[in-house]
Amino acid sequence: MKLTGAQALIKSLEQEGVEVMFGLPGGCILPAYDPLLESSIRHILVRHEQGAGHMAEGYAHVTGRPGVAMVTSGPAATNLVTPLCDAYMDSIPMVAITGQVPTSAIGTDAFQECDTVGITRSVTKHNELVMSAQDLPRIIREAFHIATTGRPGPVLVDVPKDVLQNTMEWYWPDSVDLPGYKPTTKGHPRQIREAAKMILASERPILYCGGGILKARAADALRELAELTQIHVVTTLMARGAFPDSHPLCLGMPGMHGNATAVTSMQKADLLVALGARFDDRITGKVSAFAPEAKIIHVDIDPAEQGKVRRPDVPIVGDCRLVIEELVREIRNLLDAGTTQADTSAWRSRISGWREQFPLAYEQSEPGDALKPQFCLERLRDSAPEDTILVSGVGQHQMWSSQYWRFEKPYSWVNSGGLGTMGFSVPAAIGAKVGRPESTVWAIDGDGCFQMTAQELVTASVERIPVKVAILNNSYLGMVRQWQEMFYDERYSEVYLSQDVPDYVKWAEAMGCIGMRVDSPEEVQPAIDKANAIDDRPVVIDFRVDAREKVFPMVPAGFANDDLVLPPSQMERKERLR
Amino acid sequence: MSEMQHHILSVLVENRAGVLARVSSLFARRGFNIFSLAVAPAEEERFSRITIVVDIESSPLEQITKQLFKLVDVVKISELDPRSSVERELMMATVRAEPGQRGQVLELVQIFEGKILGVAEDQVTVSLDGHPDKLDDFEELLRGYGIVELQRTGRVALPKLDRDRARLRAVRGKVS
Repeated sequence: MKLTGAQALIKSLEQEGVEVMFGLPGGCILPAYDPLLESSIRHILVRHEQGAGHMAEGYAHVTGRPGVAMVTSGPAATNLVTPLCDAYMDSIPMVAITGQVPTSAIGTDAFQECDTVGITRSVTKHNELVMSAQDLPRIIREAFHIATTGRPGPVLVDVPKDVLQNTMEWYWPDSVDLPGYKPTTKGHPRQIREAAKMILASERPILYCGGGILKARAADALRELAELTQIHVVTTLMARGAFPDSHPLCLGMPGMHGNATAVTSMQKADLLVALGARFDDRITGKVSAFAPEAKIIHVDIDPAEQGKVRRPDVPIVGDCRLVIEELVREIRNLLDAGTTQADTSAWRSRISGWREQFPLAYEQSEPGDALKPQFCLERLRDSAPEDTILVSGVGQHQMWSSQYWRFEKPYSWVNSGGLGTMGFSVPAAIGAKVGRPESTVWAIDGDGCFQMTAQELVTASVERIPVKVAILNNSYLGMVRQWQEMFYDERYSEVYLSQDVPDYVKWAEAMGCIGMRVDSPEEVQPAIDKANAIDDRPVVIDFRVDAREKVFPMVPAGFANDDLVLPPSQMERKERLR
Repeated sequence: MSEMQHHILSVLVENRAGVLARVSSLFARRGFNIFSLAVAPAEEERFSRITIVVDIESSPLEQITKQLFKLVDVVKISELDPRSSVERELMMATVRAEPGQRGQVLELVQIFEGKILGVAEDQVTVSLDGHPDKLDDFEELLRGYGIVELQRTGRVALPKLDRDRARLRAVRGKVS
């Protein structure tokens, strides 16, 4: 069967089971948009290519299936660089198709030409320039294989216009032939045995769980391990939802803005079992002072993570789910054979003491005072329908979201962790809603973030994707303001946005959404109820919140986790955090 | 601080466009200079072997090696210990050789078992292959006559074949 390259491309995507893609056509990718008219794939036309990338990420976050974005060459490809890097940092499976100038024009500075594979080399797991239409099915097959296996990540396929126009003889490869790509999924049995012994011998253990738990679909296995050993779990920003917040063993988020118990329990542990976590600087604080007494078991599918930051005592390369299942089996065997677990009761009572004395805390606003962002989040949380997916941008609102929401299920939290991409939330929420249309999707955004990508709400309106956006609007770049207040003697430099412009209600309405504005605590609940009742179009609520509110606890950058700053009301009893 | 020294990496890669850029950019990103690099097709047409020499401490090298492994086109990496590998390099040099000095230059070439590739009235082009240390010595001695142009290939290396088999610190198995 003879097909054009464009037909082969779309057919290959169908073969891979792609149901939806996000994109925006242009000169060089034009041929690929023609067969799309006959395809079963739903294409969502975005308003900016960055939006296509983040939508693909949001889709992948909540479905586990690779997100697909297709854009043209040159500026469209460069607009995709941020989402690619975001997906790379957070290990999100994603396949990006970019148009390229015809092969004969490559390297001539042709119109809308850029070196896409060169530019995206360091922000993709792999990329490929297709030089012949005949190669397309093979390269698409490989792209999906690489994006979704091992440590997932973004793969970019750059397709010159003439490659799309030329004809090829259709085939679909049965398998991939990549001698240099063979991810290790099964952990080494001896290492697993060693880890099991170490876990049973530990008096102060903590399970340090990262995004790898979600990527490996290991939430059930994790729960089994935690319950079997009665070891407390911390879930990093990327792992919120991997272990239910309501579970008695769940300590919540550690790190720079983690809660005091999660941070301190890691600090004081004698064993950290890192599961799909990568010892990010936002978790460790000053590395040399991080968890000084802890032995480390590090389970990660990416061998390059082993010893990158902290040298593990027991490194285990493998898929988190497979390794945890093996660990559970091994621990059961040891227990059956008469090994007894070390006494962790003193440790557990220390942890519960910290939890009691150092809960997350903020001062409720006095009547007539500005609204507290945490209060808005609590109301949103308590009013959220079951299976709500929470999406956030980057900054204070992101940290409050992670702190104050109660995540009960995996894949209910979408955010930009590694790259910290402002503007992530609106497009990512749209992608999440497309992937899981039956779930309510709330995007929590800051006013700074919202202004970066809000135009995608036009996409949402036109495509009938009813996401809900809560802007925690403090008229500032709030996180930067917080740092300037705390570390730059309140010298505020270029962080004030504006209280009057834009008018978010009008802006939302102009984009086909329902817009609401909330200034006082009494208005919060009615606005949320109204938003939750709307399911035929996007909603935007502009919550006018207190600009002075800061995110606590906080470990100042470069400081040891022992130096965390508690909310003012808890500072005087800080020495009890031992 | 661990010691800074020459490390030789022998990297088997798929013979495809862009592979060299992928490999070299991993070093560039971390600000490490590649001392020399030689690349050519290997025993199977599908693969090429790259020999990279870097001056680097051991711990960043371990991280770079692991990152290199993550490249889809990289099939195998071995770090070669200079004591248990065979190394060769080729050098060509055009040297000033006025008629009065030509004899001395030719003598030097003979001692080192090099070759004369071309002769002009006041210059000769010579070549020498051998262990990189030998090339260093030869280059040093030629310098006295005046080197007009010089090109070295960068070293290539393979593990030494003896009963005490090279300590091939090969990291086998592939990674994501």
